[in-house]
Amino acid sequence: MYTEGDPIADHRAPTGPIETRWDRRRFTARLVNPANRRGRTVIVVGTGLAGGSAAATLAELGYRVLSFCHQDSPRRAHSVAAQGGINAAKNYRNDGDSVWRLFHDTVKGGDFRARESNVYRLAQLSTAIIDQCVAQGVPFAREYGGLLDTRSFGGAQVSRTFYARGQTGQQLLLGAYQALARQIDAGRVESHPRTEMLDLVVADGRARGVVVRDLVTGAVSTHLADAVVLATGGYGNVFHLSTNAKGCNATAIWRAHRRGALFANPCFTQIHPTCIPPAGEHQSKLTLMSESLRNDGRVWVPRDPADRRTPGAIPESGRDYFLERLYPAFGNLVPRDIASRAAKNASDPERGVYLDFADAIARLGADVVKARYGNLFEMYQRITGDDPYTTPMRIWPAVHYTMGGLWVDYDLRSTIPGLFVIGEANFSDHGANRLGASALMQGLADGYFVLPNVIGDYLADAPFGDVDPGGVEDEVRDRVARLLAVDGDRTVESFHRELGRIMWEECGMERTDAGLRTALRRIPELRAEFWSRVKVPGRGESFNQELEKAGRVADFLELAELMCVDALHREESCGGHFRAESTAGGEALRDDHRFSYVAAWEFTGGPPVLHREDLVFDHVRPSIRSYA
Amino acid sequence: MNLTMRIWRQNGATGRLVTYDVPDLSPDMSFLEALDVLNERLVLAGEEPVAFDHDCREGICGMCGLMIDGVAHGPERATTACQLHLRHFSDGDTVTVEPWRATPFPVIRDLVVDRSAFDRIVEAGGYVSVSTGSAPDAHALPVPKPDADAAFEAAACIGCGACVAACPNGSAMLFTAAKVTHLGLLPQGRPERGTRASDMLAAHDDLGFGGCTNTGECTAVCPKGIPLSTITRFNADVLRAARSFSQGDKRR
Repeated sequence: MYTEGDPIADHRAPTGPIETRWDRRRFTARLVNPANRRGRTVIVVGTGLAGGSAAATLAELGYRVLSFCHQDSPRRAHSVAAQGGINAAKNYRNDGDSVWRLFHDTVKGGDFRARESNVYRLAQLSTAIIDQCVAQGVPFAREYGGLLDTRSFGGAQVSRTFYARGQTGQQLLLGAYQALARQIDAGRVESHPRTEMLDLVVADGRARGVVVRDLVTGAVSTHLADAVVLATGGYGNVFHLSTNAKGCNATAIWRAHRRGALFANPCFTQIHPTCIPPAGEHQSKLTLMSESLRNDGRVWVPRDPADRRTPGAIPESGRDYFLERLYPAFGNLVPRDIASRAAKNASDPERGVYLDFADAIARLGADVVKARYGNLFEMYQRITGDDPYTTPMRIWPAVHYTMGGLWVDYDLRSTIPGLFVIGEANFSDHGANRLGASALMQGLADGYFVLPNVIGDYLADAPFGDVDPGGVEDEVRDRVARLLAVDGDRTVESFHRELGRIMWEECGMERTDAGLRTALRRIPELRAEFWSRVKVPGRGESFNQELEKAGRVADFLELAELMCVDALHREESCGGHFRAESTAGGEALRDDHRFSYVAAWEFTGGPPVLHREDLVFDHVRPSIRSYA
Repeated sequence: MNLTMRIWRQNGATGRLVTYDVPDLSPDMSFLEALDVLNERLVLAGEEPVAFDHDCREGICGMCGLMIDGVAHGPERATTACQLHLRHFSDGDTVTVEPWRATPFPVIRDLVVDRSAFDRIVEAGGYVSVSTGSAPDAHALPVPKPDADAAFEAAACIGCGACVAACPNGSAMLFTAAKVTHLGLLPQGRPERGTRASDMLAAHDDLGFGGCTNTGECTAVCPKGIPLSTITRFNADVLRAARSFSQGDKRR
């Protein structure tokens, strides 16, 4: 199924006191002088929080930047949909927060499967992110004195989450997009919307460019640079139904993986506990309800599973507030993996669990609840037809975020020199589970502060000489032609749906050895069937949305197999990954002795090769992650 | 439930409405999911599916946009097409589906239009000129809560283009005014308030968007409820800017 390769020796994190590692790394990193920066080109793929902020900041520094996104405008990257907020260790509340506490919470929240150096740096940079965004005019929520408001979020006992109503991601993204727009206007960024990266150009061992398809004309072309940055987001759409936008895909990172970049912890998927339950076979995606709802909403199920009364007709005595009962210290604010699993054990998908605001409305008044959550309530009502002010919401867990991604070192370098990977596309900072309000933080930390400070150390060796892109462009054209040539009798969507069912059942919230082996038998069969029966209409050299989807699903069919191999080999429960065979008293049982490492997989075309990066915890001692 | 859909099909310079019967729909489906169902059937029948733009399907990315029975985003108020559900239609209805129509939004294919003109308007000044790395502490500059809230209301614009599609003049004033209002209300955006407004207006006009005659169709269809008063603010900023500095002083 897989073979073992050499462990990863160098992750480039400085040693010594953790508080000064980032400062020391910045000081030792070589610089590129301003005149030379003008002659260096960097490709940034993706324009979400990570890619948009990176492209803008690199251009501010003076590099020439080529920016690509598949949407019709950089402003539509899926970071725009993040609702709840962004963490920062500002301690504006005087509630005991600090860089250390944010660091500690994030390592613990990730179930001790993240790299301490990275997480500490993330916590350090969090405060600068808020300052930067405020300076850009991001309209964060304010108190009457004019200062910034904060709220608490799942997995945290301090109030460190900055927010802009339920649309924090949108506002942060617009900040980055506007910074990017300023650089486009100044001529320092060349923007390519409606353009999809389909392969990576590696020459003389270095990443030197990308092959892209213009989604309007279908033209395939090659763009070269001194370095390539992937900021292409996560791969949750492997599961078909997820909270990801429909266009979110794994093609860029998967193609880079096939060209030599290691893929780390692919099975680490986050299941979000508060989504709107699916309503039928036709469902095209799932909609998240912000985790912040759990600040004031109480989660319950009927005490008697057979109780089929409407929620309003079930009296207090007939309700089981199971999160408050099972985890009294955190209650409804337990981390996402714990809340998701508890929901699954307490109910079923048809009914979901109830998220009830009756107490909050009685305590705070409907106006306060409306001010906090009004737009979320409207969205819920629009989708379900129910009014959350009078009827408890129905929620259910759904695939949300992928903690796995391309392996990167402390400098965000993949294993291909010159290929940097940032934001959700890399694996680095969240471990086996992601706490709320931490993804926006990582995207912006990478894009505004980390990458711009470390990429110079690589580019100091440039120029790298002329590139012969070889036959990559022809390979991309061949692949497009092959997809069109099958001309079978099944739609792309039907394959995606079937793959999603396998993945949700066997590699979702709860996994078993037997289930994963079943998936590993069925996925190659499904992939073979895809390449003999898929039907893609139209032509390659034209606007062709079915063709776009077909290429993405073809890659999901390969990535899904690696996810299952990774899940099978990790015989422990940790974070969002719950292995049914590895439990203690019904709770997840981590096995630090055997699995305290990052699993980084090498592509071979056959069984993948496992390279381990051992995780060392000097500052936050691994302990049983108790939220009771 | 069953619907009859008259859908604009265009591949090239001209297009036409084509009628499709779409049976076996569920009232719980979104309007886009009904198009998904139709498209799967078209693919299996060997026909080209209907091209339409969409992405987040949560009403926030602004990528979807359909003219449904002559109304941008359809019959429900303050709703994007992706958040419009079939329960608002009746079994047997005939529904006409067309792309946004405006000179600066050329049709790419079927229901897909090119809205990159919006990006050009933002590039002309829809930002605060601050480079990364030296921002003061976020608490250094308090913002009165009413200002922050009003700025947020304007910042909620998703850039979908419904305002343009609904306007008899094909004006993008509501979109442009939303950005000008958002940044102009905050102290961080105030130094560039005048230049921003006049530069963005100049880009708006150069791109071929029409003038505003306060018809109000834009706010009637806006999925985020951006109010017409933003346009008043925008006009005031443009007038103030015209008084306080000479035109043609393009900023960077």
